[in-house]
Amino acid sequence: MNTEKNIKTLIVKKPLKLDCGKTIKDFPIAYETYGSLNSKKDNAILVFHALTGDQFVTGINPVTNKEGWWSYAVGPDKAIDTNKYFVICSNVIGGCMGSYGPSHKDPDQKIFGTNFPVITINDMVNAQYNLLDHFGIDKLFSITGGSMGGMQVLQFISNFPNKSKTVIPIATTSSHSAQNIAFNELGRQAITADSNWKDGNYTSNNTNPGKGLAVARMAAHITYLSKKGLQEKFGRKLQEREDLKFGFDADFQIESYLRYQGSVFVDRFDANSYLYITRAMDYFDLAKQFKGNLSDAFINTKAKFFIISFTSDWLYPTQENKDIVIALNSIGADVGFVEIESDKGHDSFLLDVPDFLSALKNFLDKSYEEN
Amino acid sequence: MKNEFQVIADLIEKDKKVLDVGCADGTLMKFLKDNKNINIRGLEISKEKVQECIAKGLTVIEGNAEKDLNQFPDKSFDYVVLSQTLQAFLNPELVLDELLRVGEKAIVTIPNFGYWKVRFHLLLKGTMPVTKTLPDEWYNTPNLHMCTIKDFFHFVKSKDIKIFKSLALNNLNSSIINESNLGVKNLFADLGIFLIEK
Repeated sequence: MNTEKNIKTLIVKKPLKLDCGKTIKDFPIAYETYGSLNSKKDNAILVFHALTGDQFVTGINPVTNKEGWWSYAVGPDKAIDTNKYFVICSNVIGGCMGSYGPSHKDPDQKIFGTNFPVITINDMVNAQYNLLDHFGIDKLFSITGGSMGGMQVLQFISNFPNKSKTVIPIATTSSHSAQNIAFNELGRQAITADSNWKDGNYTSNNTNPGKGLAVARMAAHITYLSKKGLQEKFGRKLQEREDLKFGFDADFQIESYLRYQGSVFVDRFDANSYLYITRAMDYFDLAKQFKGNLSDAFINTKAKFFIISFTSDWLYPTQENKDIVIALNSIGADVGFVEIESDKGHDSFLLDVPDFLSALKNFLDKSYEEN
Repeated sequence: MKNEFQVIADLIEKDKKVLDVGCADGTLMKFLKDNKNINIRGLEISKEKVQECIAKGLTVIEGNAEKDLNQFPDKSFDYVVLSQTLQAFLNPELVLDELLRVGEKAIVTIPNFGYWKVRFHLLLKGTMPVTKTLPDEWYNTPNLHMCTIKDFFHFVKSKDIKIFKSLALNNLNSSIINESNLGVKNLFADLGIFLIEK
């Protein structure tokens, strides 16, 4: 799946104790950087990717040959300006773009599959923390990410309260909701119900649960959009036909679109990684780590927070983002919040939403001026 | 910057922590931050205004003062400022209570419905007053609970709220309001500024 030569990896020698109780060591973290680290090493931004993202934030992803997942936001003169900032992003552990994951081999040279340890958001950020040592960065200028990336942002600043000056969680939550667990379970069931999944051992069986993974992606994709956005883009428009065909082909454009989204996803993503990463999201409950008091997660940090949500995001709705704002305000933290008007649903943070991009840029640039 | 903001700024000592409720485009916040080293936060309902604050590098929370003040702990700010907005709330009394809970002190300014131009407008023209501080027509005004300086003065007294300072503003002139000159100030000031504590 990976063309190894295009992937930079850091081998973490230090043992990492995972939440599940197992310990991993000598494991790879695949990362990419953009821009350059200045001499004071005070311009680094650590970006965390979402469920199906990877370290290739912007420009052309050398593995998929497609635009990076955050190309609208990150690059020269963009909101996260790589002329100014040094952007680091790494593939989460459990992922499939070079970091330690279920498609890797265990010490007995057998592909892990579902024998890979179950990982959590906490494990992900503890693994990624090693990148700071690698680059000799004492304190990041900012950490940011949307969706699962936002969860990592929250966990990171909770674990390492003095390691970032600013903190920008976007379209996220501090605790995965029942509805979101339900959608993830639907995806996992689609994968494991595919007879080619073979209890996770599809690689050694020379099969691939592509159909199950495609269905998982299709279902999830719907949750990333809004009803209004879908209606405006597709409505009841027919796919390359004058009339209904009275069959089960993709009569409607929306059907064709979803099938396409499912099929291209299968080419770039590993089914077992999808199981592991969705599980990590489901297990995420930051308040629970602090006996139900979310504020305590942030009690030791002096970082400046800026939280962003989107009006049409029903997956990580404004209220769940505001709950984080409330927890921060109740301990007098420095927190700003804005809800961006957008019809593009949860995916808004990945798309060309000018109000969002200008808010992100202004917050970063003004905060950096005050440095 | 308008004279009202200068008067408010003069009431606040350096290095304090201040919440500006209904901070609009952040003009007062920016002034306080730059000139008095104030640790300043804003609460603003309009998305456009929130964006303007962010562009100025100000910490602002998008929210509604009638619902969102409850997230701030008791006495978590030295001062809470509310400029010409009290009359626009559904329940001004509750908001006032919240301001005084969240702030050690509150600075509240009100457009004065007792101002002589307002009185004359209604008396002579027989239509709802439109003035510099009350620029909207009756059908599109955000103001739900207009009051006079005298009304507000009596109201806070009745709630056992302590008035540290009350000022009458008329164009560029500000002057102290007290019990004895209340009637005159209520006629000649278009804006009242109150520094209060509970």
